[in-house]
Amino acid sequence: MLYREAGQFKTSYAKDQAVFPIIQDRWFIALVLVVAYGVVPLVANEYWLQAVLIPFLIFALAAIGLNLLTGYAGQLSLGTGAFMAVGAYATYKITTVFPEINILVVFVMSGFVAAGVGIVFGLPSLRIKGFYLAVATLAAQFFILWLFNKVGWFYNDNPSGTITAPPRTVFGIMVAGPRATAEVRYFISLTFLVIFALLAKNLVRGRIGRSWMAIRDMDVAAEIIGIRPLQTKLLAFAISSFYCGVAGALYVFAYLGSAETEAFDLLQVSFPVLFMIIIGGLGSILGSILGAAFIILMPIFLTNAPALFNLPMPTDLSKHIEEIILGGLIVFLLIVEPKGFARLWQIAKEKLRRWPFPY
Amino acid sequence: MNTARDIGDVLLKVEDISLSFGGVQALRDVTFEVRAREVLGIIGPNGAGKSSMLNVINGFYHPDEGRITYKGTTRTAMRPHEAARQGIARTFQNIALFKGMSTLDNIMTGRNTMMHRNFLWQALYLGPARTEELEHRGAVERIIDFLEIEAIRKTPVGRLPYGLQKRVELGRALAAEPELLLLDEPMAGMNLEEKEDMCRFILDVNDEFGTTIALIEHDMAVVMDICDRVVVLDYGRKIADGSPDQVRADQGVVDAYLGVSHG
Repeated sequence: MLYREAGQFKTSYAKDQAVFPIIQDRWFIALVLVVAYGVVPLVANEYWLQAVLIPFLIFALAAIGLNLLTGYAGQLSLGTGAFMAVGAYATYKITTVFPEINILVVFVMSGFVAAGVGIVFGLPSLRIKGFYLAVATLAAQFFILWLFNKVGWFYNDNPSGTITAPPRTVFGIMVAGPRATAEVRYFISLTFLVIFALLAKNLVRGRIGRSWMAIRDMDVAAEIIGIRPLQTKLLAFAISSFYCGVAGALYVFAYLGSAETEAFDLLQVSFPVLFMIIIGGLGSILGSILGAAFIILMPIFLTNAPALFNLPMPTDLSKHIEEIILGGLIVFLLIVEPKGFARLWQIAKEKLRRWPFPY
Repeated sequence: MNTARDIGDVLLKVEDISLSFGGVQALRDVTFEVRAREVLGIIGPNGAGKSSMLNVINGFYHPDEGRITYKGTTRTAMRPHEAARQGIARTFQNIALFKGMSTLDNIMTGRNTMMHRNFLWQALYLGPARTEELEHRGAVERIIDFLEIEAIRKTPVGRLPYGLQKRVELGRALAAEPELLLLDEPMAGMNLEEKEDMCRFILDVNDEFGTTIALIEHDMAVVMDICDRVVVLDYGRKIADGSPDQVRADQGVVDAYLGVSHG
């Protein structure tokens, strides 16, 4: 088999700690990037970019954010939708008040706003854990969305109550608003995902990632070896919310175009993102992306499946069947491999490494 | 017994420590001292308050009364992470490793207090953060070498057998380069060979790094063999304190372990 590490000797700690220590992985990732940047925009049509790939990229970013908090630091959160909404509304406010600031910079600024809000709602995590913390973050979800609905200032007293992406250009290219092309929005979402996935990987392989996992695995021991629980957990909330905030900004400005608080609903956003990281693999950056792909792509595939196999059926029936199959698949996957796609991929790699020997 | 090393001044002194949980008096007026570079054994029957004593020393429990003087500074209460920063490390009776992480990462976590680059540098993984990471990796590899666990450095510790987990936990404590190392039953549940290995590591740590060690252990042969001094606790009180030979001959200790005839 081609995938093996035999003969690849690491002669320094730097090489051993590389993100992709095996040369085949590096080639594979380079290939993925070339396809994503070079081939996809040429091949994919408007529908694929707008309805499939852009939401996938944005949700993958949000899933990485939640995975940092839940998968790595072990703090269960149901407030993803709220933190994304903070990012989206912050972007809207900043870009309408200061239209001259580069919109891409505004996305990052909104991430910082979301991080601040995340810290506030992360404070209870010092005293409560697990499901109880999840309930506390639920408070964030309901309170923030209520606030954005209630106070007109957040949506500039727009009579429709929605926030709409205004036209914005970067270096003369229309990147947001109704006239921005799907290709441009795809490139922006992809670039944000690639950069932030790499940053997340760097965080989790260093001191901070180890502190998070230590708190997750055994908080008492973590404290005794010198990790400060409050700072560590709040940093996890801040960085996680930052990711969700940027994802929320992209969600409105690169995908929906306009939105109200409904778009960040618990059942629309928070739960699906949680499912993405559970199915993809808790504590894995790759898993977040795979989980997002599954949750976003599978329903689209199932919707189109009857037409593909020439099975004419009414739309409501096909919609119901779709939900049944999707639910069944999730249950099946969790029974077969509770640790998600990331673990499956790891097992596959180990098997390939030993091939053709069983062990 | 090991008498060749030069045992220094008092490193840690606990005075009149009392601790109670509700109605249960775990420790009563316990006073003893730990001298620099010695190996101190803390023994006593079950429930004597040994683990509580260690928990008081590293700030996990706050004593109701009493003073703790560490390196000349007296304190009553401190948080465990502050104790860690001042050079007190410990292992646990029931292994407290981070099960989802590899051996290497577990031991790297022990060096957390020595790593200072903020999260922005770490996210970029460039320059200072990278240098720092590699520098500490080097130090951790020396500990891995010392404990002879090279083969398992990338294995998640949850998959390791018990004896090796104990060894990894010792490694994690050593990674912090502590001055005072608290070991809570480092040899519990081990077979003879594993015990011998662990004794060798403890003595080597003491000898090579000059680390002061306070250990709780139930295996009397081990305690009498490797400890310079022994403190005996019973029902939360200190009943004896001295060299292994003195303690072994002490009538109070014999009574506590074997029971007294009330006939």
